[in-house]
Amino acid sequence: MTDYNFAYLDEQTKRMIRRAILKGLAIPGYQVPFASREMPMPYGWGTGGVQVSAAVLTPEDTFKVIDQGADDTTNAVSIRTFFERTAGVETTTTTCDASVIQTRHRIPEEPLSEGQILVYQVPIPEPLRFLEPRESETRKMHSLEEYGLMHVKLYEDISRHGHIATSYAYPVKVEGRYVMDPSPIPKFDNPKLGDMAAIQLFGAGREQRIYALPPYTQVVSLDFEDHPFEASKADHPCGMCGAIDSYLDELIIDDTGGRMFVCSDTDFCEARQLAGHKGKDAA
Amino acid sequence: MYVAVKGGERAIENAHAWLAEERRGDMDIAELGIAQIREQLSLAVNRVMAEGSLYDPDLAALAIKQARGDLIEAIFLIRAYRTTLPRFGASEPVDTGAMTCDRRISATFKDLPGGQVLGPTFDYTHRLLDFKLAADGDVPEAPSREAAADSVPHVTEFLNHEGLIEEAPQEDTPPPDLTREPLETPAERALRLQALTRADEGFILGLAYSTQRGYARNHAFVGELRIGSVAVKMEIPELGFAVEIGEVTLTECETINQFKGSKTEPPQFTRGYGLVFGQTERKAISMALVDRALRWEELGEDNVGAPAQDAEFVLYHADNIQATGFLEHIKLPHYVDFQSELELVRKLRREAGVDQVQEAAE
Repeated sequence: MTDYNFAYLDEQTKRMIRRAILKGLAIPGYQVPFASREMPMPYGWGTGGVQVSAAVLTPEDTFKVIDQGADDTTNAVSIRTFFERTAGVETTTTTCDASVIQTRHRIPEEPLSEGQILVYQVPIPEPLRFLEPRESETRKMHSLEEYGLMHVKLYEDISRHGHIATSYAYPVKVEGRYVMDPSPIPKFDNPKLGDMAAIQLFGAGREQRIYALPPYTQVVSLDFEDHPFEASKADHPCGMCGAIDSYLDELIIDDTGGRMFVCSDTDFCEARQLAGHKGKDAA
Repeated sequence: MYVAVKGGERAIENAHAWLAEERRGDMDIAELGIAQIREQLSLAVNRVMAEGSLYDPDLAALAIKQARGDLIEAIFLIRAYRTTLPRFGASEPVDTGAMTCDRRISATFKDLPGGQVLGPTFDYTHRLLDFKLAADGDVPEAPSREAAADSVPHVTEFLNHEGLIEEAPQEDTPPPDLTREPLETPAERALRLQALTRADEGFILGLAYSTQRGYARNHAFVGELRIGSVAVKMEIPELGFAVEIGEVTLTECETINQFKGSKTEPPQFTRGYGLVFGQTERKAISMALVDRALRWEELGEDNVGAPAQDAEFVLYHADNIQATGFLEHIKLPHYVDFQSELELVRKLRREAGVDQVQEAAE
């Protein structure tokens, strides 16, 4: 495809996005407004992540896309194909071989290393949005570090349910300053956000925001002393590879309510199976 | 036995092939041409140009054909194309006072300089299905006459002479560009108008209607509605003066709204403004009503909490490409989030169930 620039966006736009990324890296957890472009895919389908990936990709990069942890879900396939066509970069499904990984809703199980970039697709970047719908108000709350409302919400959860009733997009505090939405990853993934060796970039296209976590940033999931944060997952081993420490998808396998659990990270699961690990449902 | 689903790529390719086939429909029926859509579905073309923010009837017609007549999908195609185009510069402001009008009506004065010109309107058609049209589309030539040479003055100017209406604010600073800067509030009027003119027609219509029914009522008279073509001029740096580079059809609506006075200011009518690409009359009137409602603060009116007064609410939800994208994204897999909710609900129910058993035992 030669009608478009490398990685689709024109250089001017990429420069604008890179400036936003650099600002985001300089102020970890702060949401930087950027002039998001209309992309040839719908808003809400990863346009923020796609713009960030387009701005950081170089011809030498190897690119991986996952959605719900899987490389083969339709939208991951679609985004991977988009960059194959517009940037001609190498693509891979192997986590450690990728230099740029675009993700929706998961952090890979395998720890990332220095030199890798993890790009998150973000639907609603504002962690306070569902407590206060007005952008003008929430920006003020961030600048004044006024996060009482969030603590009240979490406290009300505990008094009503006995637990904090947030299981994904669980809010975190970055370097003791900004409360940040980690995108709708399950809270199981939250502990991986902090102290990560890779650069983490978050792109929200429709909401026109970019934010970032530089390597080895302190990220703490909000909690209370007597109700400490707990990363949770289905209490089963993976049916295919037997892993007991990976996040699992639940599948319904017959019409009598039969279920099985498999790793949501397809690359992790396949690598384990190749290494000879076997779950109870594997052939 | 569970086998991981592979082959998403082939499924997508096949879906696209099927879509193309469905778009073409029955091969025994003649295919629609772009020119046919442009000429015979021109109001659809106009809407796509207005909300796509790109004045190109042929491309809009192509988008409508490609989108199988789904206008929001067509607008999306135009927007995605538009964003890749290089910017050569900005035109001079267009002079709608010099518009060659096809239609020009005022609801506030029975007669006025320039006259009332109905133009090609549905207004007084009886909405009876014309079965003749199903068989034969030939139409007799409509009567015509030479256009009056004089320019057609704006109605609000007559009121302005008397000081009866607020002065239209004069601003020479270049307006912000919604497509090049992130939207941030509070938004000045130029930015609000930019957002409204490309906003979803249905959304703006609903909001305008709500003001008429009492949610921030600002009783609007259509001072003037005009549709016609205006020249687009652009200053060419090498020449040092502006030259005409083309013509666009616009619909402009100026409303005259309720007045309010104070001890220091005598009562005066106020203005709402709508300007939209193409013949898009419903949209232009709606835009003027919503523009007027959003001006409550500068006009010293009360915020009655009506949706049409709330700039953040209106501006962040008026764009149908943003709205449809986010709405439809919930079709994408959410296995992971749903799984985490499942775990949580099971846990909460388990604990609640234990509590109930305990209570029953006590």
